[in-house]
Amino acid sequence: MIEPTRLLAMARKELIQLRRDPRSLALAFALPVLLLILFGYAISWDVRDIRLAVLDQDRSAASRELVDAFRASGYFNLAAFLERSGDVDSLMERGGAQLVLVIPPGFARDLGAGRTASLQAIVDGSDANTATIALGYSEAVVRTWSARVELRGRSVAPPVSAESRVWFNEELASRNMIVPGLVAVIMMVIAAMLTSLTIAREWERGTMEQLAATPVSRLEVVLGKLLPYLGIGLVDVVASSALGVLLFAVPFRGSAVLLMVLSFLFLMGALGLGMFISAVAKSQVLATQLAMVATFLPTMLLSGFMFSIDAMPAPLQAISYLIPARYFLVVTRGIFLKGVGLGVLWTQGLLMLAFAAAGLGLAVVKFRKELD
Amino acid sequence: MSDEPAVRVEDLTKKFGDFTAVDGVSFEVAEKEVFGFLGPNGAGKTTTIKMLTGLVQPTSGRGTVAGFDIRTQSKEIKRHIGYMSQLFSLYADLTVEENITFFSGLYGVPRERRAERRDWVLEMAGLADQRRRLTGELSLGWKQRLALGCAVLHQPPILFLDEPTSGVDPISRRGFWDLIYALAAGGTTVFVTTHYMEEAEYCHRLALMNRGKLIALDTPARLRENMREPLLEIRADDSTRAVEALQGEAGIAEVGLFGRALHATLREGEDVEAARSRIPSLLEKKGIEVESVEPIQPSLEDVFVALVEKAGGAVVD
Repeated sequence: MIEPTRLLAMARKELIQLRRDPRSLALAFALPVLLLILFGYAISWDVRDIRLAVLDQDRSAASRELVDAFRASGYFNLAAFLERSGDVDSLMERGGAQLVLVIPPGFARDLGAGRTASLQAIVDGSDANTATIALGYSEAVVRTWSARVELRGRSVAPPVSAESRVWFNEELASRNMIVPGLVAVIMMVIAAMLTSLTIAREWERGTMEQLAATPVSRLEVVLGKLLPYLGIGLVDVVASSALGVLLFAVPFRGSAVLLMVLSFLFLMGALGLGMFISAVAKSQVLATQLAMVATFLPTMLLSGFMFSIDAMPAPLQAISYLIPARYFLVVTRGIFLKGVGLGVLWTQGLLMLAFAAAGLGLAVVKFRKELD
Repeated sequence: MSDEPAVRVEDLTKKFGDFTAVDGVSFEVAEKEVFGFLGPNGAGKTTTIKMLTGLVQPTSGRGTVAGFDIRTQSKEIKRHIGYMSQLFSLYADLTVEENITFFSGLYGVPRERRAERRDWVLEMAGLADQRRRLTGELSLGWKQRLALGCAVLHQPPILFLDEPTSGVDPISRRGFWDLIYALAAGGTTVFVTTHYMEEAEYCHRLALMNRGKLIALDTPARLRENMREPLLEIRADDSTRAVEALQGEAGIAEVGLFGRALHATLREGEDVEAARSRIPSLLEKKGIEVESVEPIQPSLEDVFVALVEKAGGAVVD
């Protein structure tokens, strides 16, 4: 069925054309690195340096101690001391503070008398995610501080103490999660974009007719065109992984060989999908646009890269099974952060194999060498 | 291939929706023949050639090329033919040599013969000193020579050329036909479509197509002899007005400009001498000075125009 000479002739021709096309070269080599650096620096879900304003109406030793506790926590930056409660509105509107701590008069007195002292925290809820995290931090600071006040002068061990340990991403740095995820997202987009041009180009330039008149088969054309891009894709995976480790200091705990093997499967599918799009579109412009629409947003939003799949509504969860990067994302995060092996990742491997078969199958079926 | 003709088709038909592009065409092409396929645009030449080369499936009818069935053995056919399409369709961003290497790979030229075949093609096409140039930089004439070379890398017994010289200057065209003759002399059957009449003269046999139908098939000489309508060449001081004056005149089937003169095809059985005396008076009445009216041998173009006219005229697109 497949004649190696024809397959190699096809692959070699594609490689020569690729070498002479600066646009494709940039797409193949410069774009993945550029995207990784851009997104790697730009996306961060860590909330630090929250702008804090304080309205201290008590002006006592206790209130000053509490403010110091906020400062010492490392999560807050003291942005302003307010004089009057009227200042709160304008400051929040300008975005000068994300959290305002109001210490009412009588705070120290209540504490001294053993009554529950109340505090008010006003938070800018326009960024709900940051607001929740800021509230959580401030509650933690207050809790720790009040425990200290309660125990002051006595040394009694608290009845229960929970010690938490974070596994796999000890610093809870979102970058450690983002960079391996980015490798998956970028490879999906680049792979599909690269091959989306290749068959459409033959139609556009009229070379398909000459190709069609030779004994070369559809499978040979599709695989022959795929081969060079597969090589490029694997080089890209190595380059972006190395960049993640060297530039972003992301841990790499698993097997590099396993990452390559699973990347191979994933790339076959993504390249096949691009080829399928190319065969459908028959024009280079349309093909790139289709490839972009079909890969970029779905992969960003539904693969679990940005939003946890567990938290999605059921219909979106169902759709996410169709997003191939969903499986590859588990692979990259698993290999980078957890150092897991095939024992854990085999289901992902199988699913990507199925995706590769589907992508290539569709490309071969849809790609008609016949002209009518 | 023994006694089997190189190409044999019977009642070949291709429909695109309601439109019948090729309508019940039958013919045979003998081995080593240079077979010309003529017809106005839209006559169905290209569709026929695409059915013969396995690029398009016929709607009905039968055919064999190099002994293989065009409906079921298109893969085998593709191994045994060379095909050069109407538009230049090699890779412009590959060098001359890279194109040749690529197509030797696709045609499965054995590795040990590749260098020899490559050099042969470069030599034949006269491209030896341009082998490292990008194909896109060559002039159209050279591109077509390269395309021909790439189509015969695997030494196919049959070569299909679809308007190989359209848009090529006359001198390059002449050179191109020398190549075709050289290939035919080497035993290749050549099936070529063209709309250049002087090229048609180079063919051993000609098939004329119009509106999807085959309207004539013979050698160029016999086609001329068989034209029964007498032909007159008229020289007048104002040829354009003379054409207008004679159009629709009784006994005249067709008038057209041929350079500075005009050719008038008389209706079949019309008396030539009577027409010779009638035409000058007719024109002079309209104030057109007539220099001469002479009966002439029809050119292929005259034959062609008369046959197309008889078959209902060309499709105007």
